[in-house]
Amino acid sequence: MSLLSVRGLHVTYTTQAGAVPAVRGIDIELDRGQVLGLAGESGCGKSTIAGAILRLLPAGTQVSGEVMLEGDDVLGMRARRLRAIRWTEASIVFQGAMHALNPVQRIGEQIAEPIILHGQAGEREAVVRAGALLEQVGLPPRRLKDYPHELSGGQRQRAMIAMALACNPSLIIADEPTTALDVMVQAQVLRLLKELQRDLGLAMIFITHDLSVLVETCDRLAIMYAGRIIEEGPAEVVFHQPAHPYTRALAAAFPEIGDQRFRRNPSGLPGDPPYPADLPSGCTFHPRCPDVFGPCPDVDPRLYDVSPGRRAACLLVEGALAAAGVTAAAPETARSDATAEEEA
Amino acid sequence: METEPATRESAEGARPILEVRDIHVSFAGRLGLGAGLIGRKASLARAVDGVSLELQKGEILALAGESGCGKTTTARAVMGLERPQRGEILYEGEPIWKRLRAYRRKVQMVFQDPTGALNPRQTIYESVAEGLRIHRVHGDERAQVAKALASAGMRPPERFFLNYPHELSGGQRQRVVIAGALVLEPHMIVADEPVSNLDASVRGEILALLMELRQRLGLTILVVTHDLGLAWTIADRVAVMYLGRIVEIGPADEVLQRPKHPYTRALLDVVPEVGGLERPILQGEPPDPTKIPLGCRFHPRCPVVASGRAAELGIETKCRGEDLNLVEDKPGHFAACHLTPIGEQP
Amino acid sequence: MKPTIDIGTPAEPGPPKEGRQERAAPSMKSPRAIARQRRKDSARRLWAQYRRSKMGMTGLAIMVFFVLIAIFAPLLASRCDLSAICHPESPAIAPPSAKYWFGTDIQGRSVLSLTIWGSRISLIVGLSATLITVVIGAAIGLVAGYYGGWRETTLMRLTDWFLVIPFLPLAIVLSVILKPSLYTVIFVIGITSWPSTARVIRAQVLSVKTRTYVERARALGASDWHLVTRHILPNVGPLIFANTILIVAIAILTETTLSFLGLGPDPTLNISWGTILEQAFGQGAAFSGFWWWIVPPGVAIVLLVLAFTMIGYALDDILNPKLRAR
Repeated sequence: MSLLSVRGLHVTYTTQAGAVPAVRGIDIELDRGQVLGLAGESGCGKSTIAGAILRLLPAGTQVSGEVMLEGDDVLGMRARRLRAIRWTEASIVFQGAMHALNPVQRIGEQIAEPIILHGQAGEREAVVRAGALLEQVGLPPRRLKDYPHELSGGQRQRAMIAMALACNPSLIIADEPTTALDVMVQAQVLRLLKELQRDLGLAMIFITHDLSVLVETCDRLAIMYAGRIIEEGPAEVVFHQPAHPYTRALAAAFPEIGDQRFRRNPSGLPGDPPYPADLPSGCTFHPRCPDVFGPCPDVDPRLYDVSPGRRAACLLVEGALAAAGVTAAAPETARSDATAEEEA
Repeated sequence: METEPATRESAEGARPILEVRDIHVSFAGRLGLGAGLIGRKASLARAVDGVSLELQKGEILALAGESGCGKTTTARAVMGLERPQRGEILYEGEPIWKRLRAYRRKVQMVFQDPTGALNPRQTIYESVAEGLRIHRVHGDERAQVAKALASAGMRPPERFFLNYPHELSGGQRQRVVIAGALVLEPHMIVADEPVSNLDASVRGEILALLMELRQRLGLTILVVTHDLGLAWTIADRVAVMYLGRIVEIGPADEVLQRPKHPYTRALLDVVPEVGGLERPILQGEPPDPTKIPLGCRFHPRCPVVASGRAAELGIETKCRGEDLNLVEDKPGHFAACHLTPIGEQP
Repeated sequence: MKPTIDIGTPAEPGPPKEGRQERAAPSMKSPRAIARQRRKDSARRLWAQYRRSKMGMTGLAIMVFFVLIAIFAPLLASRCDLSAICHPESPAIAPPSAKYWFGTDIQGRSVLSLTIWGSRISLIVGLSATLITVVIGAAIGLVAGYYGGWRETTLMRLTDWFLVIPFLPLAIVLSVILKPSLYTVIFVIGITSWPSTARVIRAQVLSVKTRTYVERARALGASDWHLVTRHILPNVGPLIFANTILIVAIAILTETTLSFLGLGPDPTLNISWGTILEQAFGQGAAFSGFWWWIVPPGVAIVLLVLAFTMIGYALDDILNPKLRAR
């Protein structure tokens, strides 16, 4: 039985301007110890998923679908059970530690708080545990007494990680954990996350827009666009041999230094990521797609199998047109060459 | 793919368009009234601590480094927004501070945050036209604004005149900021992290735009960035900064593939790539400009010192005790490292 | 069927967060026309947002009501009602009746007329005192916030000094030194209220000063004057405006207080709600049960102050970017 199973997740925010569908049908399967990377840009819905899994979205948000965590139905749970599993089964490492930490409370207290709240230990023991957690993330235990502003950016992020580990969860959701950090500090934090994941056998969902970071740390990658997953598969393969034109464009934004193909050759997509309340028809990516052809504005592709363990939501995937019931010939593009390469 | 601009070759012997000569910019910390009265000195942050560089006409130079290294302060000094305590900045041979207003017409800035860079109460038209109004430029304002917007890729320009910044996307806002810079027909653009606040898939377009402007209008561009990948994509030369000094400068192909300074080497090592988490990562955080180490300012974190190799090569005492500035390794490629004079690689 | 977009050109502007506004391409509009259009659009949008605020509209309605009463006072109640000699036959301290809706005071004057005429003074004093307050406060706040340095330190210390002077003792002392009159009251309110305005405005100027678009204008070559008039003031202005409205409320209340304590203008010359109350209390109206003498002016004060407060909060909600739910 998988640790986390998300089926058909739909999340719609209610705003002044009307209903905004942030997530439009997501499926995720995560086993113990697996690391899944969730990549996408602004408006794609990835941060919403983090909140949805633990039901932390604002009141009035419509959530439908199924979220099974350790076999329990999270969406259907009663409030008391929900509170019990929050942090003990799954926890979140937030973006922007400066704002996620209480500026007038010492670090030690903040780390100990969930331990005490869940009745896992008394106050004194909780503080001892907090000290041990700090050591685990590479900070000296004496920093327990510090306030958040006395720590540097990287240290605060480590403190956040320590907090996330406080109740021994099986799943950690890291939402842009290294975004505001310098490259060196980012590398340190990433290495820490990888080590912890390995040593503690944690499952992780790593949410970010930085594709290159995900390739390093994740087993599998899921690329999101306009509230849906449009490609998923093993991390390295998705990054280096993308099946979806959007993934290709996104990967091109993180060039490999030394690769002459990227030298003096910036490439990006025209337009901007779509606004969730006003999505294009058919394939939501078609207005920006460099490989757009005939049926794209009319047919909304679902995820089609590219190869075992790999799927992409694009009509150019071999067999997609037939599966979608479209009687049009796929254009002779580089697409077919790439798919042929993989299968070789 | 664009080929190297012809201006590079013909630059031999040509006067650089911009010369920065040993500038120093320091910021004093604030001191309370009481502390000042009893004679305490405010801590001095030496943000820029002896930076010299030259820009040739039509080249793209990337000024790279982590936060706090002084790259933004250097860029602001070049723009005339910060006055260095020491050193001078010459544009076409003349010190910029003598005729700052005229200088400002020739050098324009593109900012990191396109949303913050536009006054939310002004229409796009007014934001772009502002430069013309400040300098009281004659001529058909409307036509000039339209031309600048079109140059920046906003077509048809008239459609955007009455829009407000919040009605546009991030990429479009940055184009408007670029248009606002182009409207004065500058010769040089200083771009501070021009794409880091934009979505990844949009960055390429803005970078392509900058390259196109260099090609078409002959602009010289100084790009400040923390992203070496960006430097690889568009820069002709790269200058790497650390704690207020340039520690390495040279052609992008050279610096990014065959770095001569251990810090550049370290930065390149941590650029995320497949399966690379076992590589060496520097400890600690970017250091404090109020406490610059003696000797080579990088020595406390330098892997070459830490691994003992510096001692083996006999340069460790120099690393700890002797401060140094850029030393030429190959023509055009400089590094501020004691390894360079003895011909070693980091 | 949504229009497909040509891949070659940058995409259409995406739907903005606050509702898409497609603007027709202005074919012949000059820059001045564009600027005019912008101002009209801004005003229209502000009004549309304001209308949605129930609190704001209620406050506005009440304020307009009182302003109209003040303007049309001569038509609503004859001026001679204010003097005791006018109606010698009117009963003194008569409870409300068909003839005298709010009854009469000890001099036989109709309390309704007094209340109607009293609105004038309250509003005049409120508005003029506010004008002084805002002019002084804004000037000081702007200079201190924009220039910083020794100017800021000096001005802020001055502000702090005025801030800590207790209002009532100062008012009493000033009223004793200067002759009690309308101008004295306005003056006293003015010089005691500006410090809080100065602080608010300075804080806002500091916040706007560091915005990137101000730096961009400076990089373009703008002079201090251009920066202040084109960028800082327009972004500080709305907050000043909202703050001003609240100051009016405070000023009116302050005038009432001063008049009530007998420090106000000579009641035989100028009737204000505060002086009505002063006379009423002086005659022991509260203890004797002459409620009709106290309640109308009291309620009027409360309503007017409430009105300005509600308008001020509604405006603050709209104009203060921090309060706007993004």
